[in-house]
Amino acid sequence: MENPDQLRDTIMKDVDAANSVDALEEIRVSVLGKKGRITDMMKGLGRMAPEERKAAGQALNALKDEIAAALDQKKTALADADLDRRLVTEKIDVTLPSAPETQGAVHPISQTIDEITAIFGEMGFTVAEGPDIEDDWHNFTALNIPADHPARQEHDTFYLPGEHGERKVLRTHTSPVQIRTMTATTPPIRIITPGRTYRSDYDATHSPMFHQVEGLVIDKTSHMGHLKGCLIEFCSAFFEVDDLPVRFRPSYFPFTEPSAEVDIGCTREGGEFRIGHGDDWLEILGSGMVNPNVLANCGIDPTVYQGFAFGIGIERLAMLKYGIPDLRTFFESDLRWLRHYGFRSLEVPGMVGGLVR
Amino acid sequence: MKFTLGWLKEHLDTTATLKEITDGLTMVGLELEGVEDRAKGLETFVTARVVEAKQHPDADRLRVCTVDPGNGETVELVCGAPNARTGMIGVFAPGGSYIPGIDVTLKPTEIRGVMSNGMLLSEREMGISDEHDGIVDLPANTPIGKAAIDVMGLNDPIIDIAITPNRGDCLGVRGVARDLAAAGLGSLKPLANGPVPGSFESPIKVHLEFEDADNKPCPYFVGRYVKGVTNGESPAWLKERLLAIGLRPISALVDITNLMTFDLNRPLHVFDADKVKGDIRVRLSKPGETMLALNDKEYTLDGEMTAICDDNGPEGLGGVMGGEVSGVTGATVNVFIESAYFDPVRTAMTGRKLNLQSDARYRFERGIDPAFLETGMEIATRLVLDLCGGEPSEVVVAGTNPDPGRSLDFRPDRVKELTGVEVTRDEIQRILAVLGFDISGDGDPWQVKIPTWRSDIVHEACLVEEVIRINGFDSIPATPLPRESSLPKPALSEEQKRRVIARRVLAGRGLTEAVTYSFMGDKEAALFADVPESLVLANPISSELSVMRPTALANLIQAAGRNAARGFANACLFEVGPEYFGDGPDGQRISASGIRMGFTGPKHWSTAPVPVDAYLAKADAVAVLGALGAPVDKLQVFTDVAAYYHPGRAGELRLGPKNTLARFGEINPKVLRALDVKGPVVAFEIYPDAVPYPKSKSAARPLLVLSAFQPIERDFAFVVDIDVEAAKVVQAARGAEKTLISDVRVFDVFEGASLGEGKKSLAITVVLQPTENTLTDEEIEGISQKIVQAVEKVTGGTLRA
Repeated sequence: MENPDQLRDTIMKDVDAANSVDALEEIRVSVLGKKGRITDMMKGLGRMAPEERKAAGQALNALKDEIAAALDQKKTALADADLDRRLVTEKIDVTLPSAPETQGAVHPISQTIDEITAIFGEMGFTVAEGPDIEDDWHNFTALNIPADHPARQEHDTFYLPGEHGERKVLRTHTSPVQIRTMTATTPPIRIITPGRTYRSDYDATHSPMFHQVEGLVIDKTSHMGHLKGCLIEFCSAFFEVDDLPVRFRPSYFPFTEPSAEVDIGCTREGGEFRIGHGDDWLEILGSGMVNPNVLANCGIDPTVYQGFAFGIGIERLAMLKYGIPDLRTFFESDLRWLRHYGFRSLEVPGMVGGLVR
Repeated sequence: MKFTLGWLKEHLDTTATLKEITDGLTMVGLELEGVEDRAKGLETFVTARVVEAKQHPDADRLRVCTVDPGNGETVELVCGAPNARTGMIGVFAPGGSYIPGIDVTLKPTEIRGVMSNGMLLSEREMGISDEHDGIVDLPANTPIGKAAIDVMGLNDPIIDIAITPNRGDCLGVRGVARDLAAAGLGSLKPLANGPVPGSFESPIKVHLEFEDADNKPCPYFVGRYVKGVTNGESPAWLKERLLAIGLRPISALVDITNLMTFDLNRPLHVFDADKVKGDIRVRLSKPGETMLALNDKEYTLDGEMTAICDDNGPEGLGGVMGGEVSGVTGATVNVFIESAYFDPVRTAMTGRKLNLQSDARYRFERGIDPAFLETGMEIATRLVLDLCGGEPSEVVVAGTNPDPGRSLDFRPDRVKELTGVEVTRDEIQRILAVLGFDISGDGDPWQVKIPTWRSDIVHEACLVEEVIRINGFDSIPATPLPRESSLPKPALSEEQKRRVIARRVLAGRGLTEAVTYSFMGDKEAALFADVPESLVLANPISSELSVMRPTALANLIQAAGRNAARGFANACLFEVGPEYFGDGPDGQRISASGIRMGFTGPKHWSTAPVPVDAYLAKADAVAVLGALGAPVDKLQVFTDVAAYYHPGRAGELRLGPKNTLARFGEINPKVLRALDVKGPVVAFEIYPDAVPYPKSKSAARPLLVLSAFQPIERDFAFVVDIDVEAAKVVQAARGAEKTLISDVRVFDVFEGASLGEGKKSLAITVVLQPTENTLTDEEIEGISQKIVQAVEKVTGGTLRA
């Protein structure tokens, strides 16, 4: 029987020297195959004395394992070397651009509505909606704007022929949604009404279609202090200015009494407009306590219920917050504008993650 | 509305500063629009006498003036004004002054050899008017060395405020003063309004001739004849006052009516009595009557206007404008003054129908004080006598005050309840009293008599408003809105959430959201649908915006066309918004519509762009529907589509035969041609509200059952007629073995000569998902047979060898 140590050295040298997977296989067959040298030696064990056999058997098995491991290791090393050679040839120019993906965008009006909804939603408001095509009653009469009232003339209303001589109007504000909500539900009511509105006016600061959000709170106790608290909270949340100066001024709307216009602080120092502390005021919205006539028109008892309402121009809010200079551009669908002022699909405004990225 | 600070102080006894007054105006609801301080920059100019004006030795048009500016040192200057003359008093700007009208700072200059040390100014050079015919020529008795701004009445800032439609009473300066007095900025001066006795009976009488017994169009008319007047120029104080607010002085009589309008909110008309034939008759106009108004335009009246007539016909339109024929001129000697009340609504209608605006109409349509007709007449008479002389008749009165006075119940506690502000009862009483309200009764409620000039006060809340606006909105405590529960309920309904999802899914797929008008051109709309008459605007802003849109696609396609024209082809646009099919409350629905135009992308080294196709639009629609929770694998594709789609390259995704969830496809090239847009354009219209809502409100998912056995795939290719729809093949295969087949996918479609004329090959992968045990070869073969038979039966095709 061959000396296992010598055999081991010889085989290991062969394994080391092998330079291909085929050569390794040849070694394996010549050593561990059916007629391999170690296999032959294993066969010779039977002729040994039992004590001798045990020791020799163990040694042979260990040798067999060692050689098998060495073969595997060498095989992997050879494969790695092969792969390394191939990888070098597979080099690509990673400075080339990837296949193009078009980036979409959400319109600033939608984004602003989502922001407004997030803030008022936090205060317990829900979103109410109604049709764009309205009748005179919902758009004017129920709101305490009689047919011949000067305020009605100031609305520059679009008309539709209607049937049976009852002309329809494109709503001039989203107030008809307040009316529809009050006639259909019982207080307490706490809604905001974002939507499209229409006035027959077109110049640098007017668009025949624009968006408004109105708010309505009706219960037994809400007063102008609540109106003030609610709107100050909204303004500072929306504009993200902690101690935003907010001023309430008496004004007039047929549907509220008392009525207030609301200004926020701003500055125009050095020709740059900025919202916040400053020497100037900017009118931002109209509001007031709901006129008792309006409540009565909607079947709500004004001796029991009271509340407030407000209305804000959505484009105006977006223009102020995002520095958009021209109202008309909102509706021009110019891709350059939409991409510049638009928002990514996942920039969903919320009071937890923040209104803007 | 404009007035000067000095004018305001005629009515308001106050020590308040200009700033206190302007801030106060805004805070009582008379919003400040602006303050014009005409004196600014003119402080250094003084009155000066031209001691001597002699011809310049070297220039025909120039004079050398020796000027005494009142400080004892005469100055020599060169002046080119034609009216510069010895002895006149002008406005002198010393050397070093800035001259605003010509933007020059004066330096001593030599003009043709003569030193000029200062300047005599024209009004234009002072920057106060365009007058430049000569230098300012002040009255001979003007003291010299005085500030020109004081002498010329410029030291009186002009205040401009906005008046809300309810505050007609503040369209006179006195009304503004009353509000400021209530706000604690002084006290209202008493009005000098004693009667002026008449010395004869007016030869002109007034008759109210309406069918309505209350004479509603003009219930109350006060007139007075004044004989022997001289209608010359107004005195300087009156002219200055009118000029300051932008009115042109005309003649004393006209200026008096303007003063009464802007000072006391009491519009008047003055007739040249010698041109009035017979009595004054106030009646409704007759259709077709004409009247030449004071603005020199002739108006044709209908049967609904209030006409002030004499025997010749209409001489004035009640509350709107007087007539030219009987108007006063410089030659007028006898006048008849009209102080009347006209119905606000009719006045507004008349003005609107004739497109005739006037200061009178503006006031009458907002309601003027019906109890101030006679007092107003007395004040006007005194002004006429003072300025024009003459002798007044007794007052002629027709009709009566239509508003004998109204009262309201007022619970003072309502102030706190409606505003959250504690205002003491004493203060409430004080505020209301200064505003002219008369409180009686000491119980609760109070009886509050409304001043006759406040037609806007109609209920208790109006009184609360009066109290709180004078008390100050700053006193209202900002109070957090109490929460009904500590966590709010979702603000959005299920429908509203869907729109947000649709929008964000589409933006995530690379489409850009647009917001386009709800209206569009009628011709363009006709390419998409028959727009009913009820959706055609009666007063569109232009023909491009004349009907309510039947679909948002039309606007989006045109927008893409405009972008392409700017060099941005391949627009991918969408809109989540309304489309209209009727004018009732249910006549609109929300769609998420979008288009893709041109190619799938720009040229690229690895990914060649291809023209957009219907499958892209289909993918958009399916992605949104999936996100909205629609059972996407149960959707059926129908090919009977609207005509604005390509008839062979579009489909509708429905659940059942009737419920259309979305449409998609190529836009018909004919439509694109009509819109002048280069295609191809593919589009989708998704109706989020059509997606059925889950029957269960539970958020829990069904139990997940996982199979222990691997799925296996088998491929089949069928040769079928070319018009056999892939969906049929897929459906047949899927139905062949319901429990084991988990998916069927089309992986190849081709047409070729080898298949025969009118044939195509359609290859599918069928996924089998065993649940009980691994499938044996025999079982698989059996299922395969079933699949082949099912497909062959439904399609008439054959398994491809």
